[in-house]
Amino acid sequence: MSSIDEKTIEKVANLARIEIDPADVSYFADQIKGVVDWIEQLSEVDTDNVKPLAVVDETSITMREDDITDGGYMEDVTKNAPESAYGFYVVPKVVE
Amino acid sequence: MSYIIEGRTGNWEMVIGLEIHAQVISNSKLFSGSPTDFGADPNSQVSFVDAAMPGMLPVLNKKCVEQAVKTGLGLNAQINLYSAFDRKNYFYADLPQGYQISQLYHPIVGNGKIEIDLEDGTTKFIGIERIHLEQDAGKSVHDQHPTKTYVDLNRSGIALMEIVSDPDLRSADEVAAYIRKIRTILRYLGTCDGNMDEGSMRCDVNVSVRRPGEEFGTRCEIKNVNSVRFASQAIAYEAARQVEILEDGGTIKQETRLFDANKMETRSMRSKEEAHDYRYFPDPDLPPLILEQSYVDAIKANMPELPDEKKARFIKDYGLKAYDASVLVADQARAHYFEEVAKNCKDPKLATTWVSVELFGALNKSGKTIEDSPVSSDYLVELIALIEDNTISGRIAKDVFAEMIESGKKPGDIVEEKGLKQITDSSSLDPIIDQILSDNTDKVEEYKSGKDKLFGFFVGQVMKQTGGKANPKMVNDRLKEKLQ
Repeated sequence: MSSIDEKTIEKVANLARIEIDPADVSYFADQIKGVVDWIEQLSEVDTDNVKPLAVVDETSITMREDDITDGGYMEDVTKNAPESAYGFYVVPKVVE
Repeated sequence: MSYIIEGRTGNWEMVIGLEIHAQVISNSKLFSGSPTDFGADPNSQVSFVDAAMPGMLPVLNKKCVEQAVKTGLGLNAQINLYSAFDRKNYFYADLPQGYQISQLYHPIVGNGKIEIDLEDGTTKFIGIERIHLEQDAGKSVHDQHPTKTYVDLNRSGIALMEIVSDPDLRSADEVAAYIRKIRTILRYLGTCDGNMDEGSMRCDVNVSVRRPGEEFGTRCEIKNVNSVRFASQAIAYEAARQVEILEDGGTIKQETRLFDANKMETRSMRSKEEAHDYRYFPDPDLPPLILEQSYVDAIKANMPELPDEKKARFIKDYGLKAYDASVLVADQARAHYFEEVAKNCKDPKLATTWVSVELFGALNKSGKTIEDSPVSSDYLVELIALIEDNTISGRIAKDVFAEMIESGKKPGDIVEEKGLKQITDSSSLDPIIDQILSDNTDKVEEYKSGKDKLFGFFVGQVMKQTGGKANPKMVNDRLKEKLQ
């Protein structure tokens, strides 16, 4: 059984910057607990001699040459920003 | 070299480990084709990949991999033929993906070690734990607006090598020597330019204290240490702070602290506490990086001569002292200049003095680097040759050298123009000596009656008469003969 409780939900929501109404925390906790419990059935399989697998196709990564082929369109990359100025993205002050 | 902090209740020892973030020299970014030049207009070197637009996929830059392997070999480290990329998740305005692509579980480089040179002439091995490749974040500018932060993503996605040391460092001096050595090696390799003031090399310092010989204490990580001097200051402050707490019976809390160079102190970064939960997981966009041994061998076969090898060679070929050699090789351009001079001189000791003492002294005085030295290595060789073939004396050479620094002229021309050629034939020297002896008959008598010290007076007179151009050995020989 997983150890998903309301505290875990609050922590994960905070790390993911998702705001959750305190009234909804137990609702989400139940749901996520259900999902995690379902996945945890996998722990019934004996994997002692199986290497961890992150990708199915273990051929090596594709690489590109070190050429400059991109960039140079400041207007385009800042176009979606809620606020920009002098070519910068502008955000609320984040500093200690 | 041991370094002890004397507390009120006894001695303490610092234990320090470093994480050096070194920007990889490459034309384009780690996972995108945008350029990496420093100082470009904001957001002008940003692709949709770097700005983390939806649907964009990272494609690994071959050159960055090669640079990391080269660096690993230069730090005598294990190259991992299998490595993989992971996502390190956190939110910050200059990290548009919401995660940094890094290598937690399978870094490209494993254990290595380097030798650092300390000022007392001793050396010490410092272990390298690992090097991993990762993306740099963008840059936040906080001081342009009272309530806003300006974000420039030009740096976002540039390749970094994080070089993690073992906790082998025991003093601020060792840390300084270690940072300098890593910087020198990276510069020799051409894998990072090492410019700390442009931020292309930055470090985080892990500091703890313990009673000598006991287990490691709890450490604090100090961020924002952007020069060798700041590193030394931050360590000194932090170690003293920890000793103070422990001696008052307190305990050290493991935390991230920020070095404030203005106040010369470290302080807690509370915002980092929660953020430490990075929820790493393998990046599903990127298959593992699998290298062939033959690929690594090919890079190994083309490695440049590294500072330690050059140092050993300078000691052997040119008879340098170990510490002098380590100072000389610390800067590749200076080492190259020295070698150009030394290999073209008969006496390498003369080359060492003229390069290390005279030239470097003159450059330091005028705040110039070796690259814009007014005296080329060819001209310095010529000057030394003039001393070696007795055309000018060592003393006159200093005047010629001062003139070379001033005007950049050829030493032979200066000697010719100013008539500085040494007088080495007795036929021109003898009349001068005879004149001096006949002008000073009283002193000649005194000398002959046993006042040996007057010999120096006669030498001085000859030198004065000849404007320092007389060959000192010949002056001595002729004087001795005539005063008998």
